[in-house]
Amino acid sequence: MPMIEFNNVSKWYGHFQVLKDCTTKVEKGEVVVVCGPSGSGKSTLIKCVNALEPFQQGEIVVNGQAVNAATTQLPQLRAKIGMVFQHFELFPHMNVTENLNLAQMKVLGRSLDEATTKSQGLLKRVGMIDHAQKFPGQLSGGQQQRIAIARGLAMDPVAMLFDEPTSALDPEMINEVLDVMVELAQEGMTMMCVTHEMGFARKVAHRVIFMDRGEIVEDAPKADFFGTPRSERAQQFLSKILHH
Amino acid sequence: MGFDFSIITNALPYLWKGFLYTVELTAIASVGGLLFGTLLALARLSSIYPLQMAASAYVNLMRSIPLVLVIFWFFFLVPLILQSVTGAERPPQVGAERTAIITFIMFEAAYFCEIMRAGIQSIPRGQIWSAYALGLNYGQTMRLVILPQAFRNMIPVLLTQTIILFQDTSLVYVISATDFVGAAAKVAQRDSKLVEMYLFVAVVYFVLCFSLSYAVKHLQRKIAIIR
Amino acid sequence: MNYNWNWGVFFQETPEGGTFYWEILVSGLGWTLAVSVAAWLIAMIAGSVIGTIRTTENRWLNILGHSWVELFRNIPLLVQMFLWYFVIPEFVPPLKRWMVSTDPIYAQFISAVFCLGLFTSARIAEQVRAGIQSLPRGQRLASMALGLTPVQTYRHVLLPEAFRIIIPPLTSETMNLIKNSSIALTIGLAELTFRARELGEYTFNFFEAFTAATIVYIIISMSANRVMAKVEKKVAVPGLIAVGGK
Repeated sequence: MPMIEFNNVSKWYGHFQVLKDCTTKVEKGEVVVVCGPSGSGKSTLIKCVNALEPFQQGEIVVNGQAVNAATTQLPQLRAKIGMVFQHFELFPHMNVTENLNLAQMKVLGRSLDEATTKSQGLLKRVGMIDHAQKFPGQLSGGQQQRIAIARGLAMDPVAMLFDEPTSALDPEMINEVLDVMVELAQEGMTMMCVTHEMGFARKVAHRVIFMDRGEIVEDAPKADFFGTPRSERAQQFLSKILHH
Repeated sequence: MGFDFSIITNALPYLWKGFLYTVELTAIASVGGLLFGTLLALARLSSIYPLQMAASAYVNLMRSIPLVLVIFWFFFLVPLILQSVTGAERPPQVGAERTAIITFIMFEAAYFCEIMRAGIQSIPRGQIWSAYALGLNYGQTMRLVILPQAFRNMIPVLLTQTIILFQDTSLVYVISATDFVGAAAKVAQRDSKLVEMYLFVAVVYFVLCFSLSYAVKHLQRKIAIIR
Repeated sequence: MNYNWNWGVFFQETPEGGTFYWEILVSGLGWTLAVSVAAWLIAMIAGSVIGTIRTTENRWLNILGHSWVELFRNIPLLVQMFLWYFVIPEFVPPLKRWMVSTDPIYAQFISAVFCLGLFTSARIAEQVRAGIQSLPRGQRLASMALGLTPVQTYRHVLLPEAFRIIIPPLTSETMNLIKNSSIALTIGLAELTFRARELGEYTFNFFEAFTAATIVYIIISMSANRVMAKVEKKVAVPGLIAVGGK
C-alpha cells in the first residue's frame, strides 16, 4: 500500500481550476520531488495531503486513511505527517525548545520531560542543540529551517512534506538545510518535496514529478526524468533551470 | 476675578471617590471589553456564516451610534431585561453606576474587536498552517500560537484605546452616575464654583492622559516581537 | 417584558399641543446636522493648518502644533464642553454678557461648535501630518529642485497627495464628529439624542424613541460613508499606491 496516494484530484479556487485530475503516489521510503514553473499548482497539491487546502474532487489516501473521509480526525492525521514551509514558520513568541515541545505535548499528550528529551535529541541531530533556549528571531534562516525540520520530526511522522524549503534562504545557507534533508532520505523517510534544487533531486530522489498549469505532466523515475523527459514542457523547464 | 480654589481641597475626599469609580469602570470595561472583543473578532473571522454576520452586525451597530445613546439604551434596557429574566414584579433598581459597567463592557468590546481582528489578520497565514500541520486544532492554534502574537503586537493600540476609554467614562454624567467629572459637577453646582472645579478636572485629566500616552509610546519601542 | 408598546407615538402630539413628536425629533436632527457641519468646517481648516505646520522644519511651529494636539486629545470631550460653556465666558466678559442676553440655544450652539470643531481638529491634524509624512521624501526634494517655494510645494504637491491618502481615516473622523455632537446635550443643546430622551421621558415609550434615534444615526453614518467613498473615487489618481489598493 502506498504511503500517499492521489486519485484524480481536482481543485478550484472559485472558477479557476488549480489542480486538474492529478493522479500519482508515493511509496513508503520513497523520495519524490515535485517541480514546475510558478503557478503550476505544486504547492497547492502538497498542501492537500494534510488538508491545509481543501479539494473538491478526487481522493487522497495517507497511510490507509482517506483525507476527505468524514471519520478522519484531522489533528491525528496531521500529527502523522510532518511539514516544512518556505518561510520556516517557527512560532516567534516561543523559544526553540518550546517550539518543538508544543505539539508533542498538546497533540500527542507527551509530558514535558518526554517532549524535552525528544526535542533535545532532534536538535542534536540537526546540529542546533546549542541554540535550544534561543528565540527564532535570533537565528538565521538556515538555522530556523533546520529547527523547523526537527519540529516536524518530533511528532514521529510517517512521511514528511517540504514546500520549497530552501527558496527563502540565502545561497550560503541552502546546503546546511539540504544536508539534513539528504540524511533524512537516506534513513528511509518517505518524503514529498516541492523544490527547485535539482542537485538534491539527482542525489536522493527516487522519482520526479513535473507539474504545469495544474496538471501532472511528467511522473518518472529520476534517471528517466533527467535523461530523456518525454514532454516538451518538462524539457524546456529543465533546460532553463539546469543551466545555472 | 476672585476664584476660590480652596474649594478643591475641601472637596477632595468626595472627588477621590468619584475618581476611584472612574478608574474602576475603566479597568473592568477594558478587561471585559477585551475578552468579549477577542471573541467577537474570532467570530467575525470564522467561517460559520451566521456567527460572522451576527458579530459584524453587533460591532457595526455599536460603532455607528453615539456612546451617549448607547448609555441611554442600556440604562433603560438592563432593568427591564433583568425583570423578565428573574420574573420580578417591577424592574429591579440596578443603579446608574452598575448599568454603566455593563454598558461600557458591551460598547468597548466592539472597538477592541476591531483592534484584535486587525492584529489576528496581520499574523502571516503560514503560522496557522504550521500549527495545523503539527496537528493542533483550531482552539489550540488560536490560544497558543495566534492570539498571543496578535495580542503582543497590538498592545500599544490596545493601551491607547484604554486611555480613550478612560476619557469616555466621563459620559456616565448623562445618567447622573458619580464618576470624577460627576463628583466635580455636583460640588460645582452645590457651591457655584464651576470655574474652579472644571478647571481642576481638566488639569487632572490632562496630566494623567498625557503621561499615560507618553508611557505607551515608550513601551511601544521596547516590546516588538522580532520576526 | 412588561412594556407598553406604542409605535404610533411619533404621530401623537406633545402635551402643549401643536407639534407632533416626529417633528420634535426632526428638529433635534436639524441641530445635530447644524452642529456637525459647522464643527466639521472648523475642524478641517484648523486641523489642516496644524497638521501642516507640524511637518515643517520650524521648531516653534512644531511645538505649537504638538501642544495643540496634546491639549485637545488629553481632556475628555465632555470636560471640554463644560469649559467652553461654563468657564471660558467667565474669562471673556463681553462673551458672557452676550450669552446671558440672548436665547440660550445660541450660546449652546456656538460653544458646541467650537468645542467639537477644535477637539476634532487635533485628530485631523494628526491624520494630515501622518499623510504628509508618508509621502516619499523625494516629492518634496523634487519640488524644491524645480524652484518651487515651500508654500508652493505644500499647496501644489504635498497637500493634494496627502489628502487623497487620508480620505479613509478622515471619513472615520467625520463619523466620530457626528456621533460626538450628542455630547452637546449635556449643556442643554436640543439635538437628536436629547430629543429622543425627552420623548421617552414624556411618553415612557423609550424603546420607540431610542430606536428612532438609532436608525437615524445609522442612516447618517452610512450616508457619510457613501459620500466619502464617492469623493475618494472622484479624486483618485490612477496608480497612486494608497488609493484603491486592497
